[in-house]
Amino acid sequence: MIKVEQLTKYYGPRAAIRDLNFEVAKGEILGFLGPNGAGKTTTMRILTGYIPPTSGSASVAGYNTFTQSLEARRHIGYLPESVPLYTEMEVSSYLDFMARIRGVPGRNRRARVNYAMEALHLTHVRDRIIGKLSKGYRQRVGIAQALVADPDVLILDEPTIGLDPMQIIETRNLIKALAGSHTVILSTHILPEVSATCSRVLIINDGEIAAEDTPENLTRRLRGAETLRLEVRGPRDEVARRLRSLPRVVEVAVTDGGDGRHAYTVVCELGADLRERLAATVVQEGWGLLELRPVEYSLEEIFLRIITEEEAAAPEAVPV
Amino acid sequence: MGNIWAIAQRELRSYFVSPVAYVVTALFLLISGFLFSLILGVSNEASMRPLFGNFAVIFLFIVPALTMRLLAEEQRTGTLELMLTAPVRDYELVLGKFLGVFLLLLIMLAITLVYPAILLLAGNPDRGPIFSGYLGVILQGAAFLSIGLLASSLTQNQIIAALLAFVILLLLWLSDALGNFTQGRIGDLFRFLSITKHYDEFPRGVIDTRDVLYFITITAAALFFTVQSVTARRWRG
Repeated sequence: MIKVEQLTKYYGPRAAIRDLNFEVAKGEILGFLGPNGAGKTTTMRILTGYIPPTSGSASVAGYNTFTQSLEARRHIGYLPESVPLYTEMEVSSYLDFMARIRGVPGRNRRARVNYAMEALHLTHVRDRIIGKLSKGYRQRVGIAQALVADPDVLILDEPTIGLDPMQIIETRNLIKALAGSHTVILSTHILPEVSATCSRVLIINDGEIAAEDTPENLTRRLRGAETLRLEVRGPRDEVARRLRSLPRVVEVAVTDGGDGRHAYTVVCELGADLRERLAATVVQEGWGLLELRPVEYSLEEIFLRIITEEEAAAPEAVPV
Repeated sequence: MGNIWAIAQRELRSYFVSPVAYVVTALFLLISGFLFSLILGVSNEASMRPLFGNFAVIFLFIVPALTMRLLAEEQRTGTLELMLTAPVRDYELVLGKFLGVFLLLLIMLAITLVYPAILLLAGNPDRGPIFSGYLGVILQGAAFLSIGLLASSLTQNQIIAALLAFVILLLLWLSDALGNFTQGRIGDLFRFLSITKHYDEFPRGVIDTRDVLYFITITAAALFFTVQSVTARRWRG
């Protein structure tokens, strides 16, 4: 559905994005993750036909976003980061206007506008002037505008910024429900959002793709090891030594607790499930086993690791 | 075509939601009404000619006020990004904006039809010059508006858009006077460009195709450059 090949955009001497390559299949939800200035918005603007690339190409629904821009745009619903709106209009008039220019034929318009308002819980404010709405509501009008023409592709730049937790959950559910019949690209800083909604994640840093995979695979790939956390009541050094001596244990780190209880982070070889072995060992030695749980890398940690590893590995930038 | 009309409708409605349309129309009617009665009082002649002559000067001020927000505001708020990523051609956006403000001007002029109505009731004016006079005003208005729209496309700042439009219109307005001070070919050029010269015949009842062409050309040229300006936005990112 979406194909990006060697996409590059220079603003003067600075490359906002460089040789990006990725594809999004029909019905997928792809998450763009990246720090500010990574190139997410630039990529989205090229995909929506707002700006042309310096080199490389992007196509949506088979149409090149530069040479066949108008056709490509017919298949896209877009919410820019700044959520621009005609603040002097009423919600329903605005959505009707957007439906019109996005090509919804007259007979379908009212139904589509009503659908969009219901999906975003805007029906009770349909006659309110947009300028008078709170940020959360405005955000929802922005998303509604992207949905109203029922486009094949939705490109959402930070769609849940400014929403309260309840609204965030509703929006995420809405986006998930759209998968399959729609193809979605959303960019976000909010990492849990990516795991919650996206089938695939693209981590962009400094204009290049740093990682691309499903959230689960990313977690697994970067784990490198199985990590378990134990809390044991017993003599500190002896416990650590005993645990370290077990087969397939790579490393044991101790944090002192009070009252004879200490926390141990046990790093095991990838694939080794040592939970029962560790529990049995502690009990057999007569120590108190207070806690045993696996430690999962959160997407935050993965993200930060990728970004900082990227920066550590990157060679000195050569001025063009 | 549908897009142009949709955009024009939106723009026209938007004018009437803000104070701008009302204030400008009120001022326009106030000034022209004042002039109308003054002229009538002095000349006792059932003619719109002197008033038509003054419309142009009034337009010099109110057109920038009307057009300043058309594209500048869209750039400032970011709605231009929405418009340029919708399946709307750049020229459709520009024509839609132009049509919207042009319709507003027509509404304003329609209200001034009370003046010839009064003349018809009270006297026996020549109908011909009134028709051609309004035609001239409309053509001139279109040209002014298109220049105002061009100015608005060049900046995010409404004030600058208004000032730019005013300066350009003023230069065109003064072109005739400038022409009188300059010799030879350049003088001819100035006089050729002059708005006053091309407008003068209309209130007299003369529709010279050269004059009509002049205004249409200016309007078309300004709109063309406006489309280029909007398209250039994309390249600047």
